[in-house]
Amino acid sequence: MAERSFAKEVEQLKIGAGEEFRGEGILAITKALLQCGVSYVGGYQGAPISHLMDVLADAEEIMSDLGVHLEASASEAAACATLAASVHYPVRGAVAWKSTVGTNVASDALANLASGGVKGGALIIVGEDYGEGSSIMQERSHSFAMKSQVWLIDPRPNLETIVKSVEDGFALSEATNTPVMLEVRIRSCHVHGRFIAKDNQRPRMTMAEAVENPQRDTARIVLPPASFMHEQEKVRARWPKAVEFVKARKLNEFFGPAEGKVGIICQGGMFNGVVRALQRLGLADLYGRSDVPIYCLNVTYPLIKDEIVDFCAGKDAVLVVEEGQPEHIEQAIGDMLYKSGGTVKLEGKGILPMAGEYTGTVMLNGFTDFLRTYAPELLPPQERSPNAPDARIELPDLAGKVPMRPPGFCTGCPERPIFAAMKLVEKELGEHHIAADIGCHLFSSMPPFNLGATTMGYGLGPASASAFNVKAKKRPISVMGDGGFWHNGLSSSVGNAVFNQQDGVILVVDNYYSAATGGQDILSSRADNKSRSTKHPITEAVRGVGVGWVRQIDRTYDVGKMRDTLTEALTTDETGPKVIVASSECMLNRQRREKPLAAKAIKDGKRLVKPRFGVDEDVCTGDHACIRLSGCPSLSVKRLDDPLRDDPVAAIDSSCVGCGNCGEVAEAAVLCPSFYQADIVHNPRRLETRFARWRGGVIAWLQRRRDARRLVFAR
Amino acid sequence: MNVHVEPAKRGDQTGGVIKIAILAVGGQGGGVVTAWLIDLAEANGYYAQSTSVPGVAQRTGATVYYVEMVPEGERAPILSLMPSPGDVDIVLAAELMEAGRAIQRGFVTPGRTTLIASSHRTYAVSEKAAPGLGILDREPVLEAAEQASLRFLAADLDTLAIKNGSVISSSLFGALAGSEALPFPRGAFEDTIRRSGKGVAASLAAFAAGHDAVRTAESAPAETAPTAAADEAVSGPEALRSAYAALLARADALPEGAAAMARRGLQKVVDFQDVAYGADYLDRVEAFAAHEITAGREGASLTEAAAKAIANAMAYDDVIRVADLKVRASRMARVKREVGAGEAELLNVTEYMHPRGEEVCGMLPARLGAAIEKRRWAFDLVDAAVNRGRRIRTDRLRGFLPLYLVSAMRPVRRRLLRHRIEVAHLEDWLATAHRLAPTNYDLAVEVLRCRRLVKGYSDTHARGLSKFDRVLSALPLLEGRPDGADWLRRLREAALVDEAGTQLDGALKTVATLDAPSVPAG
Repeated sequence: MAERSFAKEVEQLKIGAGEEFRGEGILAITKALLQCGVSYVGGYQGAPISHLMDVLADAEEIMSDLGVHLEASASEAAACATLAASVHYPVRGAVAWKSTVGTNVASDALANLASGGVKGGALIIVGEDYGEGSSIMQERSHSFAMKSQVWLIDPRPNLETIVKSVEDGFALSEATNTPVMLEVRIRSCHVHGRFIAKDNQRPRMTMAEAVENPQRDTARIVLPPASFMHEQEKVRARWPKAVEFVKARKLNEFFGPAEGKVGIICQGGMFNGVVRALQRLGLADLYGRSDVPIYCLNVTYPLIKDEIVDFCAGKDAVLVVEEGQPEHIEQAIGDMLYKSGGTVKLEGKGILPMAGEYTGTVMLNGFTDFLRTYAPELLPPQERSPNAPDARIELPDLAGKVPMRPPGFCTGCPERPIFAAMKLVEKELGEHHIAADIGCHLFSSMPPFNLGATTMGYGLGPASASAFNVKAKKRPISVMGDGGFWHNGLSSSVGNAVFNQQDGVILVVDNYYSAATGGQDILSSRADNKSRSTKHPITEAVRGVGVGWVRQIDRTYDVGKMRDTLTEALTTDETGPKVIVASSECMLNRQRREKPLAAKAIKDGKRLVKPRFGVDEDVCTGDHACIRLSGCPSLSVKRLDDPLRDDPVAAIDSSCVGCGNCGEVAEAAVLCPSFYQADIVHNPRRLETRFARWRGGVIAWLQRRRDARRLVFAR
Repeated sequence: MNVHVEPAKRGDQTGGVIKIAILAVGGQGGGVVTAWLIDLAEANGYYAQSTSVPGVAQRTGATVYYVEMVPEGERAPILSLMPSPGDVDIVLAAELMEAGRAIQRGFVTPGRTTLIASSHRTYAVSEKAAPGLGILDREPVLEAAEQASLRFLAADLDTLAIKNGSVISSSLFGALAGSEALPFPRGAFEDTIRRSGKGVAASLAAFAAGHDAVRTAESAPAETAPTAAADEAVSGPEALRSAYAALLARADALPEGAAAMARRGLQKVVDFQDVAYGADYLDRVEAFAAHEITAGREGASLTEAAAKAIANAMAYDDVIRVADLKVRASRMARVKREVGAGEAELLNVTEYMHPRGEEVCGMLPARLGAAIEKRRWAFDLVDAAVNRGRRIRTDRLRGFLPLYLVSAMRPVRRRLLRHRIEVAHLEDWLATAHRLAPTNYDLAVEVLRCRRLVKGYSDTHARGLSKFDRVLSALPLLEGRPDGADWLRRLREAALVDEAGTQLDGALKTVATLDAPSVPAG
């Protein structure tokens, strides 16, 4: 079960021609796929594509009614390889993943697919995770399109254009026998907008029809001599066809006057940002009618030389708005202009920054600088003279007065006790080299845990500790999530460790889901999934590839056991990889699952115990050692109304889910006796209540007896 | 060549667009508010666009949602996908420091932006983890919010939501309606909540609370600072109460400025032990008050520091005290209140404890305890017998009685090992302060204040003691300096920054390299 349900929203996927669709970008993309008669879809989750995968999963019934096959791919490589179905068969297929990390993983399949080419339309939807909120290295998908020669569509960020781009993408792919990438940025995926729908189309050929009528063509297989022919084909046949198609279909758009002293060439995805900057300068109206000519590249690869040269002709200067680096488009445009003898001044990186997100401020400043140099008459008077005194009020500087708030483990997260245990081990055995991976567990590298030295890729944590496989007094520790384990980790990390007889410790954090990407099911998930096969234990898989030392921990909150197991793994005489699988369900997903059930049970009068933790404020001394071993959002501090106490004491708020971590840590780390667990018994049994009353009576009598003999203060 | 250039359009062309940024902490429901805003706008003749950056940053980190809306027009407008500094009309901050972040990022513009914030705090890890007081001051943010915005509306929307059985998205939405910053009537907001179909009644109640809160209080209520004024009601046998009243009279006779603190200190030590212990406490405090006359300072800060530090030192955290606190009737009532258990429900309370050999020895008669601690084998034997995590159900007699019995040892506490150790430490430290008081009053005050470093249990307590010792180890270097007190204060503050004492080590090195007091230039 995924973190977010789109069960209600997917109903809109059924609407027909002429009806208006309103919703998020990812839903619009799904609707567009159905309108295009797609035969199969697949993909791997990861923001901003996670929600697209969730939409697809929630829409599985609607899709199967149409005869569309959905594959929840094991990795981006698997997803890309799925497109092989379109090599010989005239079936349209689409896959999706987070980029550039996913494209890195998919590159092997992508290069093979691109070399042989496709018969049916093959669309790759890449969610470009760049700029604010991004969790990955800042690179560009554009480079992959160039090196494999697949076409790259970068639509204007509104639903109408995005939906049209899906249609154009399939047609372009089929017209040129080339896979097409559709790049959607994180905000476009989640933009709320509207478009007029068309009817859904059943696939021209279903996958069943295809597999029952096998086809093959040696010329499409990447083997010499065909592979040499593919390269020639790419540049001699597919490329010119693509240029022709883009021109004929007018996929790139022109805005503003036909002529002008200056012009702007932008990626489609940058269009709204470009227009906003012009709107603020008074050079475009609300509806995007611009005073400055704009050439908007909804297709950023290949570039259309004629269109570019024509657009630049007669202009003094052109500004290229291209987010990310290197500046592939600007370089290509420079090359085209130079070779065609153009004289226009080409601006881009320089006036605009080479690296980083093109935010509103970046654009506004860049455009102002550009226009001030080449067309100052267009600028409002106050912007023309940069030396005018700044009328803005001096605002108070809040630097250092607002805390940083990096992401961290959620309330009750089962991974927290694992790292608390690791901190305790560190206190006894010293610091170790810790190789981290991709996933929620990477939050361990931030305060308060500060554990983990590197992250080298999904499922590559243990592989990234390979070089430390030497005789030494300390063993390296590597961490990997269950998501990473099934994505790539089993072979590249665990298999690799077995084969090389690595002596390190491999900790697999198993939270029953691909949790960081939004709680999608994977092979070892414990949930019943009606369309996927789950419940395959990780321990069996690692034993299967030859690991001898395997420990399964079924309750990660047992900090003492966690600590002892880690210590054993680090000190045992046994050679070869030591694999610890630490399993407890992702609390976010568990709460989502259990909360409604618990509420119903209480309402129905069933007995139910709800645990919560608390801190005795009189016992707590305000040292916060517990917080340094936790970082739980519900474990906070509060100031007491007591002049004798300088430091705030620990306090647990009502968001506590009673996971037990604080108590376990206090116990295992011998912190203090301040923590208590309060189990509220809803709808207790009658006998139980009677016993409790009797006990309470005796306790109250003892308390009264003592209070009668000493001073009792009201506070 | 001649190119026709149209004259520049006058000014910003997005004047009709309402731009709203929502800053929240991951998990606060910023997405819900965003969805409601879209529904509200679209139901009332507006074209609306929202964006967000979901992903891993939403796991408890700071996140931004963004909405633009404009009356429906001839065609679809081109709207921005992200907020720009200086170009936002309404900022909703679901936590006070997130309002600060909005100001830092330039989303709040004087004369333009309506800033609506929940005044509650969700402390960041960095604020919570400091061994001392790591909480950042709210005043600079409140001040900046007033200066940077057109209007600043704040209320504790989190508490209002919880009180009404809902979450902050509802009360925040209510606050927005109450601000009248959007051109929609209250009823339109409520219709949106009704259409969402989930927990409508509670959401509407929280909405109403948020709505009213920003209309009554136009600024955030100041956090109540700890005060000395206390509720001093006391009950017990008449003899004890009159003896206590006599002690209170002694406390009141202390120099002005120290009396209030001494009253609180007295209560703490009497609560810890007995009335006689309270008399001991006052003896010690009065000894410091004697210095005030010779010092001739105003404010009696030495006596006040003594009243505070001695009370904390005398009410040390031993097993008897912990057991005593855990079995009190008042404590059980507080637990019930804190976790919100109703009358129809039962409450099972489990204490998480981990006694060690040290604690047991501390509870033995001084000689016996010391004898065991001296002999490794004997100590190991004791430690092996007790050192493990224990979960004690204090709502059951089997768990309650042992703690009740341990706390019954209170009358003999003075004869136990832990008490001897604590008293020795106390006397030693107070002697240092007494020695310094006549010559360097301020330094003596700082020495007393260093008691703050000793806190926690077991390892944490040991670390606190070692920090205390290390800070005071600088005294020989500081005694002769006029700025000695300042330096000692700095050392103490450094010791409270991090657990390992890295900052303290650095500060100590600096102190070691201080020159002899320099002669004032002139």
